[in-house]
Amino acid sequence: MTQRMKRTRSQHDFVPLADDSLIICRCEEITQGEIRKAVYDGMSTMNEVKRYLRAGMGLCQGQTCSHLVQNIIAGELGVPPGEVETHLSRSPVRPIQMIELAQDGGEK
Amino acid sequence: MKNKDVIIIGGGVIGCAIAYYLSKQHVKVLVLEKEEIGAGGSSRNGGGVRQSARDPRELPLAMHAIRNIWPGLSDELGVDVEYCQKGNLRLAKTEEHIKILERAINQGCSAGLDLKLIDQKEVRDICPYVSEDVIAASFCPTDGHGNPMLTTLAYYKRARELGAEFITGESVISVLLQKGNVSGIQTDLNTYSSDQVVLAAGFDSRTIANTVGIDIPMQKILVEALVTDQQPRMFPQMIGTAAADFYGHQTKHGSFVFGGMTGLEPFASEETEPVTRSITASSICRAILGYFPAISQANIVRTWSGFLDVAADKVPVLGRVEEVPGLTLACAFSGHGYGISPTIGEAIAALVVDEKSGVSLDAFHYDRFKPKA
Ligand SMILES: Cc1cc2nc3c(=O)[nH]c(=O)nc-3n(C[C@H](O)[C@H](O)[C@H](O)COP(=O)(O)OP(=O)(O)OC[C@H]3O[C@@H](n4cnc5c(N)ncnc54)[C@H](O)[C@@H]3O)c2cc1C
Repeated sequence: MTQRMKRTRSQHDFVPLADDSLIICRCEEITQGEIRKAVYDGMSTMNEVKRYLRAGMGLCQGQTCSHLVQNIIAGELGVPPGEVETHLSRSPVRPIQMIELAQDGGEK
Repeated sequence: MKNKDVIIIGGGVIGCAIAYYLSKQHVKVLVLEKEEIGAGGSSRNGGGVRQSARDPRELPLAMHAIRNIWPGLSDELGVDVEYCQKGNLRLAKTEEHIKILERAINQGCSAGLDLKLIDQKEVRDICPYVSEDVIAASFCPTDGHGNPMLTTLAYYKRARELGAEFITGESVISVLLQKGNVSGIQTDLNTYSSDQVVLAAGFDSRTIANTVGIDIPMQKILVEALVTDQQPRMFPQMIGTAAADFYGHQTKHGSFVFGGMTGLEPFASEETEPVTRSITASSICRAILGYFPAISQANIVRTWSGFLDVAADKVPVLGRVEEVPGLTLACAFSGHGYGISPTIGEAIAALVVDEKSGVSLDAFHYDRFKPKA
């Protein structure tokens, strides 16, 4: 079930934090500050933040950073982390070379 | 009961674009989205911003967006939507394929599009990575691609900054009428009132329109796509094939995004969720490597799927519903709604505000579907 959310804008300016330069998504080198700013700009779910910044879109597909991203989004929105749904996982679990994948099925 | 000038149903690229162009004109907008922003086809598509091989009815919509909106869109919205206008190559391996290309070239040229057939050498001059099996291609230099996820979210972000209200996780069930005119909508949780409702909910637009007696003949088709890891920069063109077995491009990030068809897609349309099937990614990879052997070592990191809302005659349904004053449709994009989304946003906003859409939407009237005899 998707949580109902009203996407009202904050009346305040974005407030940077001292540790905003921390790298959260190592594959795509996305910082805490970038994630916080994305939430400020309206990105309010794991999928939206990912699609906006590429956090969790790299080689490991979020296997390393997704809980960290989830916590930051929850903190910015002021909700418990469990209320922020994790982003979707999809096949393949590990990267597969095209030449290998191409050998599965088909006519030959 | 809350009053809004316009209620938009659906927070995909179409709903968000309409919300932006309306907000720019100080119209008070409410967007209701069942899941999250860009949950549907808008975050799942191949990013093609293409005029070549478009239906002649739809071509003016694509040409308008490419001439007038896409080039300045990133600046306008304040987000880099990764628009890249380096042309589209549609590749041919056989004489049959060339015939398919020639038909599309004739249609495009008669509509004033710069589109031509080029031979093997010219193809390889433009894109040295194509296999020797490619004997010709059509080339349209003004085609290109963008990043659909960013485009959708950029329209959303800018509309929100301009005051548009968005509610996600709330599902619209029906359009409400009073004395035959639109008076609002009913969701699973609330009632909202407005005498203007724009329906941009993809395939689900059909059941919602049904609640006021309007039916749009469309089918839901499941199609799949995949993405590679980051690769060295190879070529900037949008790629398609006359055989329609795959399409794709290299993104600004360096990964390649490809989509493709096994031919069995229409028979998976009962799926309720966009699932991927075991045969498809392999089929797409085989098709790609038949044209681009040079990327055989690239890794696939993710596969996904999405639904198309395909109209009986494969062009969108757009504009006012005269039988239901206050209802405007923007759906049935039939697999090519991303490239034209800026035109649609602008035209539907103009239609709602001024009764005039700018570009003509006459060919897309909901009442065009007639029985054969
Ligand atoms: C794999 C794939 C590749 C594609 N490639 C291209 C391409 O290269 N070029 C191109 O131009 N187009 C392409 N398309 C098509 C393009 O993605 C769509 O035409 C476009 O995204 C349509 O946008 P939309 O906003 O109408 O639909 P959607 O993005 O589907 O948005 C509709 C929204 O309405 C919401 N909704 C549904 N029901 C309700 C309800 N009851 N209440 C509230 N909200 C509701 C949905 O959750 C959804 O977010 C492709 C599509 C797919 C799937």
